[in-house]
Amino acid sequence: MSETLHVPTVAELTAKGEKPDVLFWVGCAGSFDERAQKITKAFVKILNNVGIKYAILGTEESCTGDPAKRAGNEFLFQMQAMANIATLNAYEITKIVTTCPHCFNTIKNEYPSLGGTYEVIHHTQLLQELIDEGKLTFGADPFKGKKITYHDSCYLGRANGVYDAPRRILEAMDAELIEMKRCRKNGLCCGAGGAQMFKEAESGTKEINIERTQEAIATGASIISANCPFCTTMMGDGVKHANMEGQVEVLDLAELVAQAKDL
Amino acid sequence: MQYIEQILFIAILAVAIYFFTQKVKQIRRNILIGKDQIINDNKPARWMMMAKVALGQSKMVVRPVAGFFHILIYLGFVLINIEVLEILMDGIFGTHRVLAFMGPVYDAAIGFFEILAVLVLVSCLVFLGRRFVVHIPRFHSQEMKGWSTKDATYILVIEIVLMGALLKMNAVDQVLQSKGADHYVAAGSFPVSQYLVGFFQSYDISTLVVLERVFWWFHILGILFFLNYVPYSKHLHIFLAFPNTWYGRLQPAGQFANMPEITNEVNLMLDPSKADPNMPPPDKFGVSDVTDLSWKNLLDAYSCTECGRCTSSCPANITGKKLSPRKIMMDTRDRADELGKAKDVNGADYHDGKSLHDYISQEELLACTTCNACVEACPININPLEIIFGMRQFQTLEKSNMPSEWAMMNSNIENNQAPWQFSPSDRANWTQNIK
Repeated sequence: MSETLHVPTVAELTAKGEKPDVLFWVGCAGSFDERAQKITKAFVKILNNVGIKYAILGTEESCTGDPAKRAGNEFLFQMQAMANIATLNAYEITKIVTTCPHCFNTIKNEYPSLGGTYEVIHHTQLLQELIDEGKLTFGADPFKGKKITYHDSCYLGRANGVYDAPRRILEAMDAELIEMKRCRKNGLCCGAGGAQMFKEAESGTKEINIERTQEAIATGASIISANCPFCTTMMGDGVKHANMEGQVEVLDLAELVAQAKDL
Repeated sequence: MQYIEQILFIAILAVAIYFFTQKVKQIRRNILIGKDQIINDNKPARWMMMAKVALGQSKMVVRPVAGFFHILIYLGFVLINIEVLEILMDGIFGTHRVLAFMGPVYDAAIGFFEILAVLVLVSCLVFLGRRFVVHIPRFHSQEMKGWSTKDATYILVIEIVLMGALLKMNAVDQVLQSKGADHYVAAGSFPVSQYLVGFFQSYDISTLVVLERVFWWFHILGILFFLNYVPYSKHLHIFLAFPNTWYGRLQPAGQFANMPEITNEVNLMLDPSKADPNMPPPDKFGVSDVTDLSWKNLLDAYSCTECGRCTSSCPANITGKKLSPRKIMMDTRDRADELGKAKDVNGADYHDGKSLHDYISQEELLACTTCNACVEACPININPLEIIFGMRQFQTLEKSNMPSEWAMMNSNIENNQAPWQFSPSDRANWTQNIK
């Protein structure tokens, strides 16, 4: 593909008198963080490829308020939430997909009582649906025999009970999934949640991301798959710390799907 | 003699029940120091959760060794206590084995209880071994030093002694039955205690009667002591696990409550038409003391058995940080106890001026990643995260006590709509040049 891909905004569609079937909530990490942008781009390529009518809010999107809330600043959280809800409701948004489990959790669980009720899904759930419906298919065994481990993010896993969708995507790509001992309900945090991403860790004997990455590397997998831009960063740092760059890659499931489809 | 024993029994029973009731009332009062919270939605799901988690021990068996032996003790405790009914009746009416008329059912039950008693005894030995021989780390963390470990040991030893008394009582009873002693009806089957008969065979009937009475009294006094010890100990979970799971959370673990008093403030600023102008401004935001927690948080604290599964799965604790979710629960209970006692002396409206933050440091609160591992690990659905989070809110909102990076993050969110210092107008720059 040589021509550039156009990512429509809701404002643009509205101007044409149209509405997106699903709003892609990009999130702050997905918008600004260089590593996370790759996940965002991979995901829009997939959306484009399967022909879903989607749009983003673009510059009208604003932090969900999750890190403020988890850091104890309920006031700032609710200010952010109310502003976002006003925008979403003005555009009559009904369905939202997001590549960030923190945004997912906040919009899905904490916005309704503030007046914002939407159908919210995580991108791994959408990808799984597309696979189930036969809209997302892969060529012959894209990852056949490739050893991949999967890291459950806290806010998709324990917080919302989504364990199977991401695993089914790996299955559909014929990867050999090697589980870590601490997986699913017992998954170990990457260390970024609860606004820890934005501060130094408290003093201790080890960094949490090192502990988790060591466990992932010990599975012998060459790819650590993840579903969260923060986990991806934390685990990526862990791989660097272990001097395993080049042998072990940390990739979001959207990136894996885009790779498998050569997008 | 017969009547003296009966009167003595009834008197001791009455005293034991009186003191137990007083203590239960005190604990109930301490729990209700917390804020009111109405929890009565979706009752079928609540009954199901209690049946699965408390009755069915579904989360205990996640760790299979401890889970298996815990189930043995649990079954032993519940089922052998059926026999206590008979002991109570015998004690009150001066009868002996009053339920023996049930014949084969009775024999089978007594035999079954004996087998259970041995299983309980063995399980208690296994648990002592896990603590003091295998030295499982979570039983030896900082907060376990002192009373907590003693408490655990006392209970295990008491159970071993009680089960021993039950078996010895049955052994002597058998000998008396076989010697045709008056009053000792031939009843029961004794698959285990038959092997202890040898120790008692050579005594004459009057000595045996004394021994049987000694073991009988020892057993029931032990049980009454246990009843009165439990409310002072972490072993309250044997009762509270049931209400605690029934009143547990049904909403997704990731859903943190939105503070309604803040919603009102925000509405007053953004959209006054939605705000309630008559809602009084709250006297404080977040949790500074147990009085700011909900009664359910305090029920959690009194239900905690200090097993430490939460702490051993906490990412912060695993990596050497100061936070231990178990300590959060223990501190909360200790503080509720302390405030309760102060209220006993000085009246219900009294507050001693201390706070939960005297027990739990900011360093502990800041180490939490809100990952919910502690909540998931708890075998009876205790939630340390709600307490940590409420206390963090107090530090941030009331004290502005937070790391400078968080202060910066907050001002970035306020000014740039992102936790980093990027210009909001650059938010969609990533859309350019996607090939």
